[in-house]
Amino acid sequence: MSTTVSTVDTPTRGSKSARRVVDTLLRLRELSIIGVLVVLLVVTELGNPRFLSTQGIKDLLLNATILVLVAVGQAVVVITRNVDLSVGSVLGIAAFATGDYLHSGGNAVVAVLLGVGVGLGFGVLNGLLVSLGKVPALVVTLGTLYVIRGIDSMWVGSREITASNLPAGFISFGHNSIGGIGPIPYLVLLAVAAMVIVGDFLRSYRGGREVYALGSNPTAARLAGVPVRRRIIAAYVLCGALAGLAGALYLARFGNVDSGTGSGYELTVVSAVVVGGVAFTGGSGSVYGAALGAVLLTSINSMLPSLGVSSVWELAIDGFLLLIAIAVDRVVALRVATVLRRRSARRG
Amino acid sequence: MGERDPVIELDAVSKSFGSVRALSDVSLGLAGGEVHGLAGENGAGKSTLIKLLAGVHQPDSGTVRLGGEPVVFHGPADARDAGVAVIYQEPTLFPDLTVAENIFMGRQPRTGPRRIDRSAIRTATAALFARLDVAMSPDEPARGLSIADQQIVEIAKALSFDAKVLIMDEPTAALTGSEVARLFGVVRALAEQGAAVLFVSHRLAEFFQICQRVTTLRDGRWIATEPLTGRTEDDLVQRMVGRSLDELYPKQDTEPGAVALAVRRLTREGVFTDVSFDVRHGEIVGLAGLVGAGRSEVARAVFGVDRWDAGSVEVMGRALSPGSPTAAMSAGLALVPEDRRAQGLVMDMSIDRNIALPGLRAPGRGGGNKSLSRFGLISRTAERSRATDWAIRLRLKFGRLADAVDTLSGGNQQKVVLAKWLATAPRVLIVDEPTRGIDVGTKAEVHRLLSRLAAEGMAVLMISSDLPEILGMADRVLVMHEGHLVAEIARADATEQSVMAAATGRVPA
Repeated sequence: MSTTVSTVDTPTRGSKSARRVVDTLLRLRELSIIGVLVVLLVVTELGNPRFLSTQGIKDLLLNATILVLVAVGQAVVVITRNVDLSVGSVLGIAAFATGDYLHSGGNAVVAVLLGVGVGLGFGVLNGLLVSLGKVPALVVTLGTLYVIRGIDSMWVGSREITASNLPAGFISFGHNSIGGIGPIPYLVLLAVAAMVIVGDFLRSYRGGREVYALGSNPTAARLAGVPVRRRIIAAYVLCGALAGLAGALYLARFGNVDSGTGSGYELTVVSAVVVGGVAFTGGSGSVYGAALGAVLLTSINSMLPSLGVSSVWELAIDGFLLLIAIAVDRVVALRVATVLRRRSARRG
Repeated sequence: MGERDPVIELDAVSKSFGSVRALSDVSLGLAGGEVHGLAGENGAGKSTLIKLLAGVHQPDSGTVRLGGEPVVFHGPADARDAGVAVIYQEPTLFPDLTVAENIFMGRQPRTGPRRIDRSAIRTATAALFARLDVAMSPDEPARGLSIADQQIVEIAKALSFDAKVLIMDEPTAALTGSEVARLFGVVRALAEQGAAVLFVSHRLAEFFQICQRVTTLRDGRWIATEPLTGRTEDDLVQRMVGRSLDELYPKQDTEPGAVALAVRRLTREGVFTDVSFDVRHGEIVGLAGLVGAGRSEVARAVFGVDRWDAGSVEVMGRALSPGSPTAAMSAGLALVPEDRRAQGLVMDMSIDRNIALPGLRAPGRGGGNKSLSRFGLISRTAERSRATDWAIRLRLKFGRLADAVDTLSGGNQQKVVLAKWLATAPRVLIVDEPTRGIDVGTKAEVHRLLSRLAAEGMAVLMISSDLPEILGMADRVLVMHEGHLVAEIARADATEQSVMAAATGRVPA
């Protein structure tokens, strides 16, 4: 009973409209983030005309880069119905490893790869613990958050890496733009590349679709022969590696790392992912949404000082956005459920 | 038929889960071109047998053979790659993905550098739907599909790869008459092309329509494998239960009293519509229908777990407010839910605590039932004495009352759920699938208990998918079809045919 592929125009029973409703509601999230972002940019520019200068745009993009990288990795983990709270600690320790190696006269490219490698290693650890331990990821990665931070503190001690004892080429890589003076820095290109590659993998490769499948219904995924454990480990490895890369880039951007670098970062990352429409229940959302969420959060943080608002408000505003995002998700889910239920009832 | 070498066979396989022996020493061979029936009561081991063939479980002893060669399926993917397709009783779809993606998950056609070919997936899905003659869009999300449509997607999934063996676990349970006819057409065509089909159903008549041979299991053991020509449904029932129906369903005749539960024009949009019925003291009313007809949903709404959009519910003349289980309980209503593990029990809590749980709050108005707590503190003594009382009345088999409910067998767990609700001294008892997945002996005990409760004046509403149970126990049978109450059949007129006809929508409301 092989399938012959032919073009058949299947009639639909009002299902197209339902599909359209669902589609629109989903896309609404990405569009509304872009909308909010544009409004905020315009308002800020009106209040402070220097805000969107070449340098201003460059700063805006640079600030978002590191969060975008980590959010992309986190999004993949959240799509599998898990979470990685250790990303802040991984970022910190990878940044220090990179700096320490550069200190001792290491090559810049090898240093970045070292950062990625450190992150990857912790990703493997997280992945194994979550998939083999059958303990909720929230608890496991809360544990590794503290463990990695502890290792970091013992290793770093009171040492500190500053821009002055890093190679000049490395620092300028963290600041310079393509073609020297344009508004698009190299770091941004890296983040965009990571986002597009991961996004395309999730969309157009079997392994990527299986990540959505297992987050959507783990039991069904197992019955469909999806290698659930391997995919979850891979998601954590990717998330760790991106956090490691983000750590190396953090060093290039800020030139300053100590034992506290990246503390509390996991909360910003998780907020960005959720604001970007990646549902905590797994199986839905995209890395593009997560990246947009990251851009929105960092932009707000850059705008506040420009508007003369105290940065004290930063955290409160992040939290407020998170609550709005969750409320919107819930309302949309209920709406979709009602639409589908009505349709199903009509059809029956 | 059936004399050819089997495509796949189980040779003397056994499988236990913990202390429960699900299958012992069962052999079964499926031949190409044959539709083989698998009959047995709930809990007879059919699902376990299917999961062995599907690679979900591995046998503790015995072998699986594929084309004569012993094989070990390490997982569902192994079985699928060997050409075994399984349609499970509970559809296993990914709600967030489209129908087309659901069908081709893990086997997506790819272009050049391993990229998924989306348009090929879509056209292939459309072709499958055309072949099955269903009007569904490949781009539709699986979330919100009706059970029947989900089942169709599962069938399309099985069709989508070159399966040599097709296993169907109650595929017709949620389908209407015309959908069943269409499915049978597809199944016959597949068998003619040489596929071996294993067909599981609770509707015995279907075996005679589509199968050549049938294998019967009882309590995890092989009873018979025989051609169907010259057999009757009664023969099959005899093999399945091993005794006659009269012994199993000891319903005492009672004189129904006043109306205890009155449901009027109850509606929950998209789920059930305009449902009205009465249940009187002293009678057992059966609520029959196919899976997904809305029976459990009505029960949940009456008990206040779900809200209703329109209509009313009265218990002994008192109107209930919607969406409040507390109000329902204090009016004297009890609901023994379908899924006892998820909804009925706290699995790792002790037996006595489980039984005492609903009695912790204010006493039921309906009965002379004392609350177990004083000033918010729970009396352990009162808790234990109530539990002991009910454990004895229900003939519960247990080590100690302090043992976790987990340690009990399915049948005994069901008794604990019953005890838990009976301990609140309800006047109206709603039981949802009270004997699903429990052994024949315990089943009879549960039936005797329900019968005695009715004789003592309790009003019982019994939801069941088990037709013999409905026919044997109910004084009246209500039948639901796709969210509507379509028939009310008196005990004397209730037959397997009349109930099934209404349940599949062949009787106009």
